[in-house]
Amino acid sequence: MAVMTKAKKNFVSPANVGTQEPVQSNKKVAFQTKDLNLWYGEDHALKSINLEIVENEVTAIIGPSGCGKSTFIKTLNRMVELIPVVKISGDILYREKSILNKSYKVEELRTRVGMVFQKPNPFPKSIYENIAYGPKIHGIRNKKILDEIVEKSLRGAAIWDEVKDRLHENAYGLSGGQQQRICIARCLAIEPDVILMDEPTSALDPISTLKIEELVQELKKDFSIIIVTHNMQQAARISDKTAFFLNGEVIEFDSTDKIFSTPSDKRTEDYITGRFG
Amino acid sequence: MEKSIGQVRKMIEENKKTASFTNVVEKIIPKTLFVIAVISILTTLGILVTLLSETVAFFKEISFIEFFTGTVLKPLGQNAQFGVLPLLTGTLISSAIAMVVAIPIGLMTAVYLSEYASEKVRKVVKPILEILAGIPTIVYGFFALTFVTPILRSLIPGLEPTNILSPGIVMGIMIIPMVASLSEDALGAVPNSMREGALALGATKLEVTWKVIVPAAISGIVASFVLAISRAIGETMIVTIASGSSKNFTFDLTQSMQTMTAYIVEVTGGDAPAGSTLYYSLYAVAMTLFVFTLVMNLIAQYISRKFREEY
Amino acid sequence: MKYFDSGQIQKKLGSRLLLNQVAKRLFFLATLVGLVVLVILIYRVFSDSMGWINFDFLSNRLSTDPQKAGILGAITGTFWLMVVVAPVTFFLGVGTAIYLEEFAKKGRFQSFIQTNISNLAGVPSIVFGLLGLTVFVRGLGLGAVVLAGGLTMALLVLPIVVVSAQEAIRAVPQYLRDASYGMGATKWQTIKNVVLPAAIPGILTGIILALSRAIGETAPLVVLGIPALLIPLPEGIFDKFTVMPLQIYYWTIDAALVAEYANLAAASIVVLLFILFLMNSVAIFIRNKYQKRY
Repeated sequence: MAVMTKAKKNFVSPANVGTQEPVQSNKKVAFQTKDLNLWYGEDHALKSINLEIVENEVTAIIGPSGCGKSTFIKTLNRMVELIPVVKISGDILYREKSILNKSYKVEELRTRVGMVFQKPNPFPKSIYENIAYGPKIHGIRNKKILDEIVEKSLRGAAIWDEVKDRLHENAYGLSGGQQQRICIARCLAIEPDVILMDEPTSALDPISTLKIEELVQELKKDFSIIIVTHNMQQAARISDKTAFFLNGEVIEFDSTDKIFSTPSDKRTEDYITGRFG
Repeated sequence: MEKSIGQVRKMIEENKKTASFTNVVEKIIPKTLFVIAVISILTTLGILVTLLSETVAFFKEISFIEFFTGTVLKPLGQNAQFGVLPLLTGTLISSAIAMVVAIPIGLMTAVYLSEYASEKVRKVVKPILEILAGIPTIVYGFFALTFVTPILRSLIPGLEPTNILSPGIVMGIMIIPMVASLSEDALGAVPNSMREGALALGATKLEVTWKVIVPAAISGIVASFVLAISRAIGETMIVTIASGSSKNFTFDLTQSMQTMTAYIVEVTGGDAPAGSTLYYSLYAVAMTLFVFTLVMNLIAQYISRKFREEY
Repeated sequence: MKYFDSGQIQKKLGSRLLLNQVAKRLFFLATLVGLVVLVILIYRVFSDSMGWINFDFLSNRLSTDPQKAGILGAITGTFWLMVVVAPVTFFLGVGTAIYLEEFAKKGRFQSFIQTNISNLAGVPSIVFGLLGLTVFVRGLGLGAVVLAGGLTMALLVLPIVVVSAQEAIRAVPQYLRDASYGMGATKWQTIKNVVLPAAIPGILTGIILALSRAIGETAPLVVLGIPALLIPLPEGIFDKFTVMPLQIYYWTIDAALVAEYANLAAASIVVLLFILFLMNSVAIFIRNKYQKRY
């Protein structure tokens, strides 16, 4: 039960007040999935997922390894399509438009829905080039504007002060935690609406993890964030809503406070109290 | 931060409208690359069509049986005769000599590097073998004629100034690195657990190598031998320079013989008039050569695919 | 009841260990053969070329008089040959590799191209010469000019470039591609901006190795009908030309007539090996400098 008490203690934050109430109609829905199913070949990885993800909140996705949580967020920007054997049924609406529709261009979707990956994956280029990559491929070539975007994005990712004197050095010279914040900055540079984070701190030390968590709280003001984590305390600390996945199904989806204090499903309780997973 | 949100977004949206160029590129590139990739197939087709069409013309004048059973090759003059056997024996004998040199030395080198040598020794020896493999064959030809032949002649009385033995040996030396590195790859792929298992039973290193590792890697090793034979059959400059152009049908290693490749060099160098039997014979010989090497390569691929060890 | 007689085993062990030692020495000697030959070969070539490599040799044109003959023409010819081979193999080789690794669907057609390429690698170089003679020299009517020779050589070394470029592209980790796709980049943008820059050291190494193969290759050019004695220097890709290996060939076979030709051949070999050595050093430098950057 130690987990829970600690989680609760961290909960006294104004950000969480809103989530105590039921979802209000004035909150805009970012993503809505309708009976979403996904197969890797014969393997049924996601089973009729019905979720509504609200804008300007942090939504955490938790569950044991192989429960489909990574697969789920990768369907939200259709990165999952890079695996050839994937089959999808059902629908995903992003701001009320179906993104699985052929006419919704995947490049368009990904400029709106950015992603931060499990392992920091900066390009083997300079820090500057890493951040400018997105704007450049989307046709922004003006040097002055690019300079501004780079600075703004690095500030947004709380790493400007650490790297401002070495913008033209290779990003691989940075520590793992710094690299991950560079990746976040790279993502911010094209001003997405949503940021997907796939276990962004699993490869990082505790101090770097803490920095990223603080950053997520900061980013929430401007972006909707969906974060996959295997760390329940992290979910409790930083998210407004939490979805618990098990064997490709959503077992429970509710405000984080509710999930961690009075889960309605026995399996959720078993998981968050560490009885399995 | 908050204030500026949306500016970049707006710019990206603006650019989207004019991004038709990107879309066109995105459609054209895969097709262009496909066309480029097809060029490698066209090359093979080009070789086949070139060789086949002229070979067919050749066999209209000279019968198939005459070509493959004829022991006399006398392409010029009044009673021209086109028997390919002198070239075939020349090719096979020079390749056989090369294999006698390359296979044992190459395999022993591979075993030494893979099973006995320290990391330090490997670091010195492997680049040297790479250098040896990178030396142009013309240099080996020069070496055979001006160095190896004189030495052999002082050892073997009756050895002609141009003979099949010297280029055969030098060709073998040239091929050592190929056999060594391919066989070493095969030996290196045998998992260490096999070595440890045998060593733990009290086997000596030689016994482990000979009775466990080499048998386990045999398909890769045999494939390397087959590729080496193919390489020897196709080798041109060494034999052209050091074995002369006598079209002897003989098994006497001290004599000059001509290989298929050397024949092609001789005939093209002599400016055979297009349309003559001599000219067509060039392609018939090249076709024979091509089929020989292709079959060898296919056998090598088959062996390494079919008998790929599952460790 | 004992199955093993330990005394017996002990007795045999001595001879087994001795055999192991003998074999080890034998294998070592076999390994030395290659090294010894290399040393002799290089020593031989250098001693034959002693006194023949000088400024005149490098700056003179061909001549029947050994004292006046130089290899400027052959060096110029090799240069122009590379002017054709380098861009053509880069374009064809890297293009094919990108297609196979990034665009082709895994299946029959892809493995057909792949098998075809490995078979092409095994076709004797002289057969490529006949292809060049029939298609480029006679078919297109180019004659035995640099362009015809260059295209022939480009096809000959194409498999080397394709295979090494494929390996380099395959070595680019998927997470870099993911990062680019995640930013909304298209496939070609990702290949152009992320995959190729990361793979370029490997690709360049392969191209340099392919070029050094082309520089040393003789047989296909002999077949194209390059003249043995060409005095004018080539000034472009439509000029007749000769290259260093060909010069070595002609001098070597004519050494029976004029003994000094052997020295000229040796001197040319030294120049050729020096150029190859330089190119390989560059390749190794690139390989070491850019190894493991991600």
